Amino acid sequence: MASGAPLLELEKVSKRFGPVQALDRVDFAVHAGEVVGLVGDNGAGKSTMVKTIAGIYTADEGTIRFDGEEAKIKGPQDATELGIATVYQDLALCDNLDVVANLFLGHEQVAPGPGRVSRQLDEAKMEHETSDLLSNLAVTIPSLRSEVGTLSGGQRQQVAVARSLLGEPKVVLLDEPTAALGVSQTAQVLKLIRRLRERELGVVVISHNLADVFEVADRIFVLRLGRAGGEFDAQQTTEEHVIGAITGLGGEKSAEQAERAELEAENREEGEE
Amino acid sequence: MSETVESAEAQGPGSEKGERSVRRETLRRIVQGDLASLRVVIGLALIWIIFQSQNDRFLSSENLTNLGLQITAVGLISVGIVYVLLLGEIDLSVGAVSGLAAAVMAVLNVKHGWNPYLAIFAAVLVGTGIGLLQGFLFSRFGVPSFVVTLAGLLAWQGALLEVLGSTGSINITDPKITGLANTFYSDAVGWIFAAIAIAGYGAVLALGYKRRRDAGLAAENPTSLIVRFVLVAAVVIAAILVFNSDRGLPLAVLILVGFVVGMEYVVKMTGFGRHVFAVGGNAEAARRAGISVNGVRIAVFAIAGSMAAIGGIMAASRLLAVNQNSGGNELLLLAIAGPVIAGTSLFGGRGSVWTALLGALVIGSISNGMDLLALSSAVKFMVTGGVLLLAVLVDAVARNQRQTSGRI
Repeated sequence: MASGAPLLELEKVSKRFGPVQALDRVDFAVHAGEVVGLVGDNGAGKSTMVKTIAGIYTADEGTIRFDGEEAKIKGPQDATELGIATVYQDLALCDNLDVVANLFLGHEQVAPGPGRVSRQLDEAKMEHETSDLLSNLAVTIPSLRSEVGTLSGGQRQQVAVARSLLGEPKVVLLDEPTAALGVSQTAQVLKLIRRLRERELGVVVISHNLADVFEVADRIFVLRLGRAGGEFDAQQTTEEHVIGAITGLGGEKSAEQAERAELEAENREEGEE
Repeated sequence: MSETVESAEAQGPGSEKGERSVRRETLRRIVQGDLASLRVVIGLALIWIIFQSQNDRFLSSENLTNLGLQITAVGLISVGIVYVLLLGEIDLSVGAVSGLAAAVMAVLNVKHGWNPYLAIFAAVLVGTGIGLLQGFLFSRFGVPSFVVTLAGLLAWQGALLEVLGSTGSINITDPKITGLANTFYSDAVGWIFAAIAIAGYGAVLALGYKRRRDAGLAAENPTSLIVRFVLVAAVVIAAILVFNSDRGLPLAVLILVGFVVGMEYVVKMTGFGRHVFAVGGNAEAARRAGISVNGVRIAVFAIAGSMAAIGGIMAASRLLAVNQNSGGNELLLLAIAGPVIAGTSLFGGRGSVWTALLGALVIGSISNGMDLLALSSAVKFMVTGGVLLLAVLVDAVARNQRQTSGRI
């Protein structure tokens, strides 16, 4: 699925907060038309990595390459200009505005005419584009004019993802897109992620839910204590292997080791309980 | 409210599922207060019936014209307050600012002999400047708007006394200024304005309908548009009939309605208005969407200050004087209470400029009616307080219901 040069590439990226080494020489890559699942335990550095790519943090060391060229990401604006869109877990939607208004928030289309401030919003055009985009993504929302606050969690997530696509990004980072969603809503969101892949976007999905990751990801990248903890082809690995890499007990080496790791992980879990 | 009438009438129980959900949505909006204007119109009708039954002069054309003149100043101030409320903030200084601006105008015109229009312009600029300053202090340093404008309330009252000087009162004689609140148009002019208003509203509706249809979008049901058009036309014609059988259409009412329509356009139709709603709904989301949140906040406080100044000028024009009491008493509370009573939320992100007009009508009717019945100030204050409390309670209950049903 992943072919050619990677769209986004991190090489030996490090980030440190005081005494805490949040990211330690991490190599990471996303290709066009590929979904990468980014997994790891709490504090493994997933959020730091995403925020570094999104420009909220700047890397202390290492290089980030975009489309084969070295990119300096100093702020969120830089990331957006490169074509990196991020959907955070809190979605940042205005519940009192409708779907169209939220999609175009901050980038409203105005009707032609004199005077920048007094010009009327081109609601018809915005609604038209919204409905085109959403039907392209096969997102169904009862009414584009309903307030976002009245939508279900899955619909809100889909609106947030659709909004990130308006800037025509090449890479989309999704932070826990299926957290706190019901079964059918999760299925809707996963379907949407597959649509993003069909559009030849590079997609990075952070998730705690391995079942979701396996269902949607082509490749699974494990972070552990700020370091690359292993990379797996989603088709050819098992959940046990990935859990082993997340917990650091075993990993990708051999089935025997994996089994042992699994055993240890279970023991550890029991111990924790 | 006209949409409600339409969806209840035009869509029978056998209509499509989608339409039924629209209808349920409308019902929810009435109950939970998003479409509070219908509730308020019913309330207003009740108030009018009660006072009319007590004193048959209440609904006379003379008294209704007086009512229109009485609510102009507070209505104009409320227009600015609506913007502040949409942000979820409050501006307690508008009363004092209205008094100060009126005093500035009076002093410049009467004592310094300035051209009346120049004096009015300077007074509005004072209001704008004060709004800019308060908005800057609030957004830059994160001081709650409540505190900044409370300090403003005291400071600008002091400034009013300072500007008025030792006399404590200035009479306004310039016909250009007194004319603002004391000009009445002839019957013919009234009808011309009515025709322009009705034709304009019709054109806006038709244009919107055509634009949506051309864009291939589900256009609103034409019946709904026609019902809305007929309702608005009926209200306009009724108002002109009432005004014409008394002294004629007052310029003051025209100014109020003009500002309401203009500012409603800004808040509902322009990018700036959309940003006001966004900041009021979720400031963090607005910031991440690239909106200059502080810029919006400062602009909104500047609007509130400017509208307060304009209201103060109209009040001075009606009183023919500015004194130490200008902008004082209950003016501030009434200006805030009006929009809240009529459905603009105190919690931000919900409301419309129409509520400034509607709320001023409700409060003005109560106050006017009690005056006609010659009730004491004691009763008037208590009744007005009760109405305000009721409105805030309704707003809070509506918000709670939205939250419990997952709508914030």
